[in-house]
Amino acid sequence: MKGAASTMRAELIGLAGVVERNVYLTKRYFLWDVAFFLWTVANTLTIVFIAKGFEATGATLDVDRATTSLLIGAVIWAYLGIIFEFLTETVAWERWEGTIEYTFMAPLSRAMHLAGQGVFAIIYGLARAALLFAVVAFFFDLSLPNANFLAALLVVAVASISFIGIGMMTSVMPLISPEKGMQLGFIAQGVLLVVSGVYYPVEVLPQWMQWIATISPATYALEGARAAIMEGAGVTSMWEHVWPLIIIGVVSVPLGLWVFSRGERYAKHHGKLKRSG
Amino acid sequence: MLDTAEEITIAPVPGNGSVTAVEVVDLRKEFVRRKKRKTGFGRERKRVAALDGITFTMRKGETLAILGQNGSGKSTLVRLLSTLLLSDGGSVRIFGHDAYREHRAVRRLVNRVSVEASFFKKMSATENLSYAARFYGMAPSQTRDRIPEILERVGFPRDRLGDSMENLSRGTQQKVALARALLTSPVLLLLDEPTTGLDPRSKLEVQQFIREIRESHDATVLLCTHDLAEAETLAERIGILDAGRLIALAPADELKARYGTETLEEAFFAATGKTLEDEGEEDDE
Repeated sequence: MKGAASTMRAELIGLAGVVERNVYLTKRYFLWDVAFFLWTVANTLTIVFIAKGFEATGATLDVDRATTSLLIGAVIWAYLGIIFEFLTETVAWERWEGTIEYTFMAPLSRAMHLAGQGVFAIIYGLARAALLFAVVAFFFDLSLPNANFLAALLVVAVASISFIGIGMMTSVMPLISPEKGMQLGFIAQGVLLVVSGVYYPVEVLPQWMQWIATISPATYALEGARAAIMEGAGVTSMWEHVWPLIIIGVVSVPLGLWVFSRGERYAKHHGKLKRSG
Repeated sequence: MLDTAEEITIAPVPGNGSVTAVEVVDLRKEFVRRKKRKTGFGRERKRVAALDGITFTMRKGETLAILGQNGSGKSTLVRLLSTLLLSDGGSVRIFGHDAYREHRAVRRLVNRVSVEASFFKKMSATENLSYAARFYGMAPSQTRDRIPEILERVGFPRDRLGDSMENLSRGTQQKVALARALLTSPVLLLLDEPTTGLDPRSKLEVQQFIREIRESHDATVLLCTHDLAEAETLAERIGILDAGRLIALAPADELKARYGTETLEEAFFAATGKTLEDEGEEDDE
């Protein structure tokens, strides 16, 4: 019993260590992060202006509603990008720095190692998403009197667990292909973008794509966030979006760990850990 | 220092009361290498033995040097002992623990310094060491005093504790690498060419520190090098690794006597037919 408690304590210290390291790196690369944030703001504005553009061409639509819907889509998309980026960096950054062998020979379990990376990604990603939402909403003078941001936060937080599970699967790619592995991670992100209703309702997709949408956590995160912010849906009414996310999370996290462990085993068998390409 | 290290058992050798630190039996590792010649579907591949059935033991507290050319299998051996590679045959036991089946127990006992002092370059020495320590279960309360203390021991300048690693000299970075390894109180220290590329002064300082680690921590040290003088002054026994095979393992004087030579360099040449400066083939894929 004492041994198990001691081991768990060591594991949690390791998890906190990953968060601590990311805090150090964020401080050291702060100006780069600011520059990247400005790029994200520009990108988000480009998308959100589409609603105004349609109105200018004579189309009839509720511009405020369309603008808010696109904004939510763009912010959640940017958030998802941050989660995937941090998870993929678990391997890619350490390869680049040359520290990966020291990290992988340490006694911390891979589950806690990846969880530490995920925890920081969620904290950083949520703060960044909130700031992005506020900055872009300011440009459009959006009025959201009924918005329930707490409910939106809840559904995105629950979805984050599934995002991390999927991120774990893609983060192992740089171990298998140091040169192109990180880019392969974008494939998963791209699939989620297409099928999850980021910028349009899922209902406009062909039926087979709608089936894929039902297993995408982003679908439920977007539906829940839009219901909370645009309709003012409360925390209790988020359940219809939360329960599918719990099921996807329960499947995707163990699956992500399993895929990562297979990739790690492959890398250790073929001597792929040491390369710094 | 490690809470979790208390759970790790260190098995004595039955019969003689001494402790076997490392037991390597018929260890084999192959890598797939692409041939230069192209076939219709790309380059042909061949399997190359990086380690070809090596067997040896080390007793607790011993320093063993492995001499070999680049590509002789030294780094592969270190990576197998530190659980960074999976073998293709044979076994490795570290203080009685199987390196494959009990890799987490082994990881708590082992640390390593390699030729490249790999760090997060934008982070300071203190931050890098904190990160490494957390992975071994060391809380901030345990490292707050310990890290500056250990950096001072390796001769790291106190006024540069906050400097990014990228602004430190290669010799200073290598001292921080030694501090990182020592911080987790390893009972087996794997040194893979720790002084290669250092200036003579830094080299001597690092070698002196290795002696201190061995004496003060009762650590077992496996030193892979192609520096003959370093091997002779630091190690009690010297192994010669050639093309993945351990062709000799004995104290330096015994090796010289066996091959009828005056120097270790001549003994190496007599054993392998090569000089240490000759380039072997890379041992990894």
